[in-house]
Amino acid sequence: MEAEGQIEEFKEEKLSVKGFNFVDERITNGNWINEPRADVIQKFLRLLATCHTAIPEVDEETGSISYEAESPDEAAFVVAARQLGFEFYERTQASILLYEFDPVSGKKVERSYNLLNILDFSSSRKRMSVIVRDKEGKLLLLCKGADSVMFERLAKHGQEFAEQTKEHIAEYADAGLRTLVVAYREIDEEEYVEFNEQFTEAKNRVSADREERMREVAGHIERDLILLGATAVEDKLQNGVPECIDKLAQAGIKIWVLTGDKMETAINIGFACSLLRQGMKQIVINSETPENNALEKSGDKSASAVAFKASVLQQIAEGKQLLSSSTENSEAVALIVDGKSLIYALEDDVRDVFLELAIGCASVICCRSSPKQKALVTRLVKTKTGSTTLAIGDGANDVGMLQEADIGVGISGVEGMQAVMSSDIAIAQFRFLERLLLVHGHWCYRRISSMICYFFYKNIAFGFTIFFYEIYASFSGQAIYNDWFLSLYNVFFTSLPVIALGVFDQDVSSRLCLKFPLLYQEGIQNVLFSWIRILAWSFNGVLSATIIFFFCIRAMQHQAFRKGGEVAGLEVLGTTMYTCVVWVVNCQMALSISYFTYIQHLFIWGGIVCWYIFLIAYGAMDPDISTTAYHVFIEACAPAGSYWLVTLLVLIASLLPYFAYSGIQMQFFPLYHQMIQWIRSDGHSDDPEYCRMVRQRSLRPTTVGFTARFEAKSKRSKERGRDH
Amino acid sequence: MSSNTPSSSAGGVGSADSAAPRRNSKRPKYSKFTQQELPACKPILTPRWVISAFMLVSIVFIPIGVVSLFASRDVVEIVDRYETACVPENFRNDKVSFIQSPSTNKSCTRRLTVPKRMKQPIYVYYQLDNFYQNHRRYVKSRSDSQLKDNSSWDDISSCKPEDDANGLPIVPCGLIAWSLFNDTYNFSLNNQQLVVNKRGISWKSDRDSKFGSDVFPRNFQNGSLIGGKSLDPTVRLSEQEDLIVWMRTAALPTFRKLYGKIERDLQPNEVIHVTLENNYNTYSFNGKKRLVLSTTSWLGGKNDFLGIAYLTVGGLCFFLALSFTVVYLVKPRRLGDPSYLSWNRNPGGH
Repeated sequence: MEAEGQIEEFKEEKLSVKGFNFVDERITNGNWINEPRADVIQKFLRLLATCHTAIPEVDEETGSISYEAESPDEAAFVVAARQLGFEFYERTQASILLYEFDPVSGKKVERSYNLLNILDFSSSRKRMSVIVRDKEGKLLLLCKGADSVMFERLAKHGQEFAEQTKEHIAEYADAGLRTLVVAYREIDEEEYVEFNEQFTEAKNRVSADREERMREVAGHIERDLILLGATAVEDKLQNGVPECIDKLAQAGIKIWVLTGDKMETAINIGFACSLLRQGMKQIVINSETPENNALEKSGDKSASAVAFKASVLQQIAEGKQLLSSSTENSEAVALIVDGKSLIYALEDDVRDVFLELAIGCASVICCRSSPKQKALVTRLVKTKTGSTTLAIGDGANDVGMLQEADIGVGISGVEGMQAVMSSDIAIAQFRFLERLLLVHGHWCYRRISSMICYFFYKNIAFGFTIFFYEIYASFSGQAIYNDWFLSLYNVFFTSLPVIALGVFDQDVSSRLCLKFPLLYQEGIQNVLFSWIRILAWSFNGVLSATIIFFFCIRAMQHQAFRKGGEVAGLEVLGTTMYTCVVWVVNCQMALSISYFTYIQHLFIWGGIVCWYIFLIAYGAMDPDISTTAYHVFIEACAPAGSYWLVTLLVLIASLLPYFAYSGIQMQFFPLYHQMIQWIRSDGHSDDPEYCRMVRQRSLRPTTVGFTARFEAKSKRSKERGRDH
Repeated sequence: MSSNTPSSSAGGVGSADSAAPRRNSKRPKYSKFTQQELPACKPILTPRWVISAFMLVSIVFIPIGVVSLFASRDVVEIVDRYETACVPENFRNDKVSFIQSPSTNKSCTRRLTVPKRMKQPIYVYYQLDNFYQNHRRYVKSRSDSQLKDNSSWDDISSCKPEDDANGLPIVPCGLIAWSLFNDTYNFSLNNQQLVVNKRGISWKSDRDSKFGSDVFPRNFQNGSLIGGKSLDPTVRLSEQEDLIVWMRTAALPTFRKLYGKIERDLQPNEVIHVTLENNYNTYSFNGKKRLVLSTTSWLGGKNDFLGIAYLTVGGLCFFLALSFTVVYLVKPRRLGDPSYLSWNRNPGGH
């Protein structure tokens, strides 16, 4: 079989030639002539090179040709044909000139076609044709159009590849490609003359039914076509958009598309970025029903509004029914709403129902929506569900939405700077959102939550020692620490490590963050900053303070604390306790971070060293300045064995509960990021089996994105296999 | 979350700007620091780490605990509580008037038996209970500049309420100095005076830098209320070691202060006769008074806490190491179990 030869696919990524990114060893570089049905391929390519309205533009300096076309698709066809050996280089009033690759001679030959008629494209016809006379004098009708209109126009004998082509078209449409069916027909001289007469007559009419008549005549000749194949053009999304959306969907983020495009385009985009797929049930809430149109024409505004609303409500109700039936079968449902319906759907009494329906759907696409509607939809989701919303857009019409959402991300690009200027975060391309959320979003969430928890911890650990001391100082307000110790605690001795934590900590490397998008759920579920966690850290702080305080005062009671018989006064006890606090708090930090660069080492151990240096320097100052800290380290503490032993004891004893807890948790109840850490440390990060196991920890199956599409497809084919 | 995909019209030849090689790139210069790719150590608590950490702690802590405990047990300590015993029977119901009356005989004799051989130096302490030397107003009530330097003898601003008496500044002023402990002890062994060395019982830094050698007590304990001990106005402050010791305020309401040193060995079962003057009024706040004789070890005085705590923590770590090992061997970690993840535990919580 040679269906391969019939399917052209033009992708527009990494292109060396603008508009062309198609590699198939069997076709490119002139290899197509070796295919079994090279004649069909030749016709196919020739059709692409002739059946269009593009105009070539020759660059005078380089001699290279670029094409001006009505639609980018058309340009893509011409470029593709050129790349495969059918170079369209000139259009005159009545002819199309090509350089053609001749399979017989193997050379490029010039070939001209007399262009007789162009049967234009229109949205109702969904096809276009040209009628040409080739050198041999044969009259050819070359036609390309949507599959829905083309297949019914095929001749009985022209359906050689129809089944396969249909299959391929479905596949390509599923992948978000725009498909066209290509067919041709040879026309008899008489038939043409008759057609031409009628067509000219229709063209020259000046009455209202001119269009209608032309359509009729054209439709009359576009029949009994012989199928050549199908084309698929990739709609050029920005680079990496489908991958990005797939990752975000895997991360459990729900994606709504709010666009100003018309419904067909929006659905197309939906397919292109795998938000929609074949086999997904679509709930379309549309105001363009015939009754509505009739009502609108009648001009009774209030009556049509009421009718509109009723129809929207009814469609929502139907949608919900469909939704509940398909949730039982665990099928994914997509909701597509147009702007006019959205007006009514967002009214006070309807929006709750609408939201309920929309939340149940795997993907939601709002097309033809105004900037205000975009903002309203965002607000609806934000306030009613309590979820965090992120809006991303590049145009001025996205500004309202960007500002309404919790997080607005602007894409700086061709559409100006308004979106960027009203956004919280600006990125250059949509695909950077993936890294922004999955890597930096996760890191930031973790950093900030650990930082805040740690702040609580360290200040509670410190504050509670002071508080406990008050119990022993009859609540008179006497602090156990020297005034400067108190002031500098959050300035020198414990501040830098926590800043390093907030800036540099990484629980999981960026590569693994991207590999396990579900990690992002930790943020959505707020695992790391739940009340339990905050309170647990606070409790840890109280625990540390308790151990520090009571161990210190019990170890340095009223007895002599060193060989010379001196007893520990307020300043010695305070210094000892403070040393313990600095050690404990810094080492707790060292225990709880998972990413040690030299910066962390410098800050953590530097904080401790800094304390001793400060103690010596401060103690060496005049007693007027240093007051109770005068020589306290050099004279009293440092030579005393008990000072060092107490420090070691308190340090280990205070860290013990946390260490045991996190050891147990890591081993037996690992959080998701800890599982990934395990994978890394076990060296399994490149073992697909392991990764799969960890990746499949989703609350519910991912419903959109191409991963989901592949899964759905393989499921479908499996089921089909079972039926047979 | 909502998103808006870029419009589809950008297809085809029309815009392929991203495809063209980017010459005018604004990409910042690569550095490992700004890209957060610094070489890093990423420790995680593997069982091996946890178990060896616990083992290490127990290996270090248990010997330290044993040594500390031995050090503390080596110390010989004689404690004698005397605040009630040194009040005559007939004053037991009204100790305050006994101690405040100038006419009562405050002398009192105590007998201390040496339980074990005590090697010199033997430190003599007095211990007060329920005495809040760490009360903020008390701690603040002193004038460091006045103590240090004779020229600022009238700097008494911080000394309230004991700043002046009869219109003249007090040196040393303030509540701390005013309440100086004034019980005295005389020791005799076999009717022989035991010399108590009262030199060198204070911190050297205090003597050298905080208490001036040109400052002499002035107008001290001359007010209507007598707090405690009077000072010899002819002895410079830097040599008034009782005062210097007292002025280092204690951290806790129960505290000891060094009284002096006995620089000879005491043999077991020797009986020391202590003649003490019970002058200090702790009765109005139910404070206790104790006389303490103690030797020291390298770790200081007698306190088992450090040793016991070290042993406990070390033992606990040993136990944890063992149980971790056992659990690890019995039930190794399984990777495939998602049930612990919080979002699988409560599926509704989204």
